[in-house]
Amino acid sequence: MRLATTNRTIPGASTTRARSGRRPRVQWKAYLYVLPAFVVFAVFLGIPVVQTAQYSLFEWNGIGPSTWVGLQNYVALFTDVKLRDSFLHAGVMIFFYSVVPVTLALVLTAVISRAAHLRGMSVFRTLLFLPQVVSSVVVATTWISIYSPEGLANQVLRAIGLGSITRAWLGDFDTALPAIGLIGSWLGIGLCLVLFLSGVANIPRELFEAARMDGAGALREFFGITLPALRGQIAVALTLTVVAALKTFDLVYVTTRGGPGNSTSLPAFEAYNRAFTTGQVGSAAAVAIGLSVLILVITAVIQKIQPEDVE
Amino acid sequence: MRIARREAALNYLVLGVFSLFAVVPMVGVLLSAVTPTTDPQAGFHLPSSFDLGNFVEAWNRGQFSTYLRSSLTVTISVVILTSILSIFAGFAFARLHFPGKNVLFFLLLAGLMLPAEAFIIPLYYDLRGAGLTDSYWALILPQTAQSLAFGVFWMRNQFRTFPGEIMEAGKMDGASDLRVLWRIVVPPSVPAITTMCLLVAMWTWNEFLIPLIMVSSENLRTAPLGLAFFQGQHITEYSLLAAAGTIVALPIVLLYFFLQRRFISGMLNGISSR
Repeated sequence: MRLATTNRTIPGASTTRARSGRRPRVQWKAYLYVLPAFVVFAVFLGIPVVQTAQYSLFEWNGIGPSTWVGLQNYVALFTDVKLRDSFLHAGVMIFFYSVVPVTLALVLTAVISRAAHLRGMSVFRTLLFLPQVVSSVVVATTWISIYSPEGLANQVLRAIGLGSITRAWLGDFDTALPAIGLIGSWLGIGLCLVLFLSGVANIPRELFEAARMDGAGALREFFGITLPALRGQIAVALTLTVVAALKTFDLVYVTTRGGPGNSTSLPAFEAYNRAFTTGQVGSAAAVAIGLSVLILVITAVIQKIQPEDVE
Repeated sequence: MRIARREAALNYLVLGVFSLFAVVPMVGVLLSAVTPTTDPQAGFHLPSSFDLGNFVEAWNRGQFSTYLRSSLTVTISVVILTSILSIFAGFAFARLHFPGKNVLFFLLLAGLMLPAEAFIIPLYYDLRGAGLTDSYWALILPQTAQSLAFGVFWMRNQFRTFPGEIMEAGKMDGASDLRVLWRIVVPPSVPAITTMCLLVAMWTWNEFLIPLIMVSSENLRTAPLGLAFFQGQHITEYSLLAAAGTIVALPIVLLYFFLQRRFISGMLNGISSR
């Protein structure tokens, strides 16, 4: 990680050296360089984040006067069944968006560990990565069609003799959430595979050769060499997919609007819905802050498995 | 590296299956989009004839020319603003010395992780109070702020690796910092700047939540937002929706096919260096 090297180059060090080791001169002009970016950032993102924290301590319907309620909106994150469910659903999303693709991609990487050197790899990489660049609304409309009663999902099931379990996948209380989750798995698998294969390509070949000389089997080779060498890539894959799972909004908004019933409500959707349709702005702000804290904590935990930069 | 034929075959099989898995939904969309409306609408069928009627129909029934124009306006504005502001700020963070530098940088960095929900709710009320909602400003400025977290970080990393001796030489010749930046540092950094522009363009083009909240006039709707409304009005007309979806996704997908190396390395490096 580059951040770990923040202190390595002392800013303006080269200037200092050229001037026989004096303390670096403060370059006041620097503020003029930073100011435009920082003002835009502060006005349209930074200050509103602080305001969100402030909103979360009030009850407000968006129009009338607001009432101070202290931490009540945060208590509701645990006591309000709808809100609690939305965070539990986010856990299910993490399983589908993150655990499934990362695990599957690791297994595949073990099987095809030398694929990065294949001819035509760049074509596969382009195709595997394609879902990342398509607008999520287009992804959503595509999967609505796939999950529709006459859609591809049911078509495949009928073709393999499972016609009895066909249904409108997004309209069923039991299947709507996993159905959205599988879209996440579809999004993640190609990304993880590209990431891991590029990581494996960087492992020195001699390591594998030495292991084979020692008679290590494929399994030991994977756990002894591949997996430890991929720690950095695994951390990146987990960060990306977990954050994507927790931020999921577009897919739910377009496919189910949280329904049927409450079965696909997610925190990001609850925050939107409460703020802009049901007039519970304070509660929405608390959900947003809760979600942000969750994202920051989980990404910080994931960073722990990332190897320290030893330069 | 020599790879035994059997191993190569297995590799191709695995890669082929998963590449297919990645593109089948997309291919389905394309097929569905050129399927005449008399054919079955849902599912995966080879169209009985090649019919571009859905595109015409979608174009006319939705306001897609308006949506695309709006998306283009917003995307280009965000990309230009983000790159100029990020180049200046990234240069200062990488090369200049000033008090509070680390604090400011980490504040910006926090913006990389936060979900849009963390700032969009008060921002909506702030902008409404200022009479700015339902305008291009409400789309451009918040998305610029969001992109700046990435842009400044990206440019700083780029400028930190720039050889200091070359900049010193420029300064010896009496060039100002500003001149050094634009005449000496920026030209060789054009590839990194291009990658940043591509990623910001993609994120902005595909953004859904901010337009959903900030604009209500139909003529300001961006392409994904327009598509979401269009979907709501034509729920089961899958071929029509497929054509509309193709129109919305195509500009970025085309860019991606031409510049896929930049997209992939940008996304993987940009993210892994966080």
